[in-house]
Amino acid sequence: MSDPKATALSLRDLRVEFDTPNGKVQAVRGVDLDLAPGEILGVVGESGSGKSVTFLGMLGLLPKSAQVTGSAVVSGTELVGAATKTMRSVRGKQVAMIFQDPLSALNPVHRVGDQIVEMIRGHQSVSKKSAWATSVDLLGMVGIPQPSERANQYPHQFSGGMRQRVMIAMAIANDPQVLIADEPTTALDVTVQAQILEVIDRLRAEMGMAVVMITHDLGVIARIADRVQVMYAGRAVEKTDVDRLFSGPTHPYTEGLLRSIPLLGQQRLLPIPGSPPNMLRPPSGCAFRPRCPYSVDACAGDIPELESIGEVESACIRAHELTLGVPA
Amino acid sequence: MTSYQPVHESSEFESFDELYEVSEMEGLDVETLTPRQMAWHRFRRHKAAMISTVIFGILLVMVVFAPVFARYGVNDAVFPISEGPNQFLEPQSVAWFGTDDIGRDIYSRLLYGIRTSIFIGVATGVIAVIIGTAVGSLAGLRGGRLDDVVMRVTDVFLAFPFLVAVIVVREFLGGVTFLEPVIGDKSSIRFVIVLLALFAWMGVARLVRSQVLSLKEREFIEASRAVGASERRVIVSHLIPNSIGPILVALTLVIIAAIVAESTLAFFGFGPQPGSGSTSLGNLVLLSRGGATQGNWWLVVFPCGALVLLAIVINFIGDGLRDAFDPKMDSGR
Amino acid sequence: MLRFIVRRLLWFIPTVLFVTFLVYVAVRVGWDPVQTYSRANPRASEEQIAQYREVNGLYDGLGGYIRGYFEWLWAFVQGPDQWPRSIKGGGEVYPSLRYSLFNTLRLTGTAAVLGIGIGLFFGVVAGKRPGTWIDGIVNTTAFFVGSIPPFVSAVILQLAFAVQLGWLPAAGIYPPGHQGFDPWLMSKHMVLPVFVVAIQTIAGYTRYMRASLLDVSSADYLRTARAKGLSEREVLRRHTIRNSLIPIATVVAIDIGALLGGLIITENIFNYPGMGVFFINAANDGDFPRLMPFLVIITVSVLIFNLLADLSYAYLDPRITLD
Repeated sequence: MSDPKATALSLRDLRVEFDTPNGKVQAVRGVDLDLAPGEILGVVGESGSGKSVTFLGMLGLLPKSAQVTGSAVVSGTELVGAATKTMRSVRGKQVAMIFQDPLSALNPVHRVGDQIVEMIRGHQSVSKKSAWATSVDLLGMVGIPQPSERANQYPHQFSGGMRQRVMIAMAIANDPQVLIADEPTTALDVTVQAQILEVIDRLRAEMGMAVVMITHDLGVIARIADRVQVMYAGRAVEKTDVDRLFSGPTHPYTEGLLRSIPLLGQQRLLPIPGSPPNMLRPPSGCAFRPRCPYSVDACAGDIPELESIGEVESACIRAHELTLGVPA
Repeated sequence: MTSYQPVHESSEFESFDELYEVSEMEGLDVETLTPRQMAWHRFRRHKAAMISTVIFGILLVMVVFAPVFARYGVNDAVFPISEGPNQFLEPQSVAWFGTDDIGRDIYSRLLYGIRTSIFIGVATGVIAVIIGTAVGSLAGLRGGRLDDVVMRVTDVFLAFPFLVAVIVVREFLGGVTFLEPVIGDKSSIRFVIVLLALFAWMGVARLVRSQVLSLKEREFIEASRAVGASERRVIVSHLIPNSIGPILVALTLVIIAAIVAESTLAFFGFGPQPGSGSTSLGNLVLLSRGGATQGNWWLVVFPCGALVLLAIVINFIGDGLRDAFDPKMDSGR
Repeated sequence: MLRFIVRRLLWFIPTVLFVTFLVYVAVRVGWDPVQTYSRANPRASEEQIAQYREVNGLYDGLGGYIRGYFEWLWAFVQGPDQWPRSIKGGGEVYPSLRYSLFNTLRLTGTAAVLGIGIGLFFGVVAGKRPGTWIDGIVNTTAFFVGSIPPFVSAVILQLAFAVQLGWLPAAGIYPPGHQGFDPWLMSKHMVLPVFVVAIQTIAGYTRYMRASLLDVSSADYLRTARAKGLSEREVLRRHTIRNSLIPIATVVAIDIGALLGGLIITENIFNYPGMGVFFINAANDGDFPRLMPFLVIITVSVLIFNLLADLSYAYLDPRITLD
């Protein structure tokens, strides 16, 4: 168990439940996580796996219909159930978040510079002038040319990639310990994706920030992640490092994901048959069981916990006897 | 509610490859609701709209079958004047809502009047929606010059004080003698329908246009054009079915606006004067002018009450329709 | 931005001319001015009728209309002493038009300020907490009040407060026969009409603002603002309300432009001598010399406020591409 002071972020049994007219939706069903400073953790999963909701819930950014339980500790501060004032002091300062679509994530009628200034002055008592100068510097840091002119412009005057850089500049304004990036490259072109990842990686190295990279794209994981957590139906099903993820997955879902990546010369696309479960009534036992070719009757018993298999952790009860991976 | 079927029985397979084979052959049966069913469900959740629909339905039946539900003919006095004074009687057993200046039963006249006014409202609504949808979808789809012109013209017209504009246009239309065989004389029902529709189509057009503008961005429109669909086909088969919600809402708004407008025009003496066979709600509401100052409260309360009831009921139905077709009303993602 | 403004201004003059010409045609066709003159002055001689024709430029045919329009326009811009006189009694048009305009401005000004201010306030109150009972009450009340046609509320309020209860005067600006300026009496007489107009306005703007607020509430940039650590109040003020006001501003501009037409209904029921009553009387008489100045003033004000609405929208929302 790593020294708690050295972890940038620590989640224990985090659960998120939504109250809907159709019943209670269990979006996140017990997530544990330890993030060390300076490390990039990739969180992979399909839509609905709970990967975003976990972190939105931790920061209290979900609607009132959401109930968050468990524990989330950032630099010694417990976030679950914390007072609003505490939450507000952590948001944007110790933990910063960037989102998928920078066009809708930025207020269209405020100048870009003003929006960064708002971030700065929310946590530091500095003058507007000084905050503006800082925001121009930040824009330069993320690689936006002519930052002092650009700061006067509006979001719609930037291209997608530039806008995402603006969001990153805003996020790092208060030197956060943790940056949560929720699918930051999904809406961007492939070439621009690489640039954005490069910016994040570089800033991480310069500032010692820990990064949670939420994505469904294994290519992004391959490029930037140190460790990886695979999520399915609100739980982590595999925790591993990026090399072992690709070379030796230990959970059938991971194998399914890897095999769905098309290879050159492949004739058919091979998605995982079936669809993710309805979280209003999650299946008993292992949530992946109905789609899993390796399932046995025991899989329908208790919800499997993560167990160590060598250097990694897997929630598959058959992990020690299965050899999983993409055929050569 | 999606039904939940496992892909296969446990222990049947031992690798993904086998799973891929099987899934190629079988489809997965998933029960979902059609958009129309979902809309109906959402409408049902809006209690006020459901109650209003019931009330409106009852009212509709009563006025369509007015000869059955009315107690007297539309122009008949409750009893001949030879038997006693019959003007301005207070509500009593012989006349539930009282009588007017020549002894006619307000209740019966109200039934016939509402029938006429609903007819005017619906006719105006249908015409306005047809014209407005056509113009709005063309303007939205083509953009450019046509769109500019449509927007500017409707901008100006809609910004004018409504009653002033309606009265001016009314006199103008009435003065253009060669139109009379088509649209009728200034006091006819046909005329007032044309007059109101002339104003109403513009609001509908703008609404449809903005719908089309947002739909245009969606790929299925691009796709259908890429396949070579003609403009007419794109509009009729794609744009309009996806705009049904706002169009229906607009229809209800036009209907009630037309009914209120007819009453307002009548209030100032610019309303339709249906022939001796009928009357309109506006004409009955006209009675409330004198009724207020002379203290004949029933002349104010019942016609105005009917108008307000109609307005509230139709507005609620429109609100329910708006909720029914708004996908954001569904909770969850 | 400057190009945008200049372009719109350049289009303004021709638009004004074109629309007022259409109005001219409509009035000529709709109310045959010569006929209405004869009806109003049954004992007028042939000469007088011909003179009336001349003075008002009532020529026939398309060419005649155009010529007549410009003649009329020329007289109009030269000032009120050049304006043709009313067919009823031959009085000057300007004094009574001015009187009506001021009365209406007083009425609509008060009602608009109160209505819009209170309406926006309630709209925020409701929009801030959708689904709660406060929202329910505000929204439902606005809905019901807004469904009541204006003349119904006017008549009912008149019946209730003026006739039955006698608390407030039923009509006019001053009690009949009153002379001079008395702000207290004037205010008393304004209460009912202002109230009738104001509640309609409040109902409308409450719903607009609430809808706009709800629209903005689902926007992603609000989540970003919260993720920055801003308090709910800061988010509301700097993002939610700021962005919600944009569509409202244009509505306000256009609404105000239309208000000058007078609140025909309310003024009529309360016998309040404003623009609305002026128009109805002129329309009923078919009085060309009264109708034209009125309609042209309305038209110009509508077009001006339309322009203002466009400009304010472009100013408030930087996304508007400047053609």
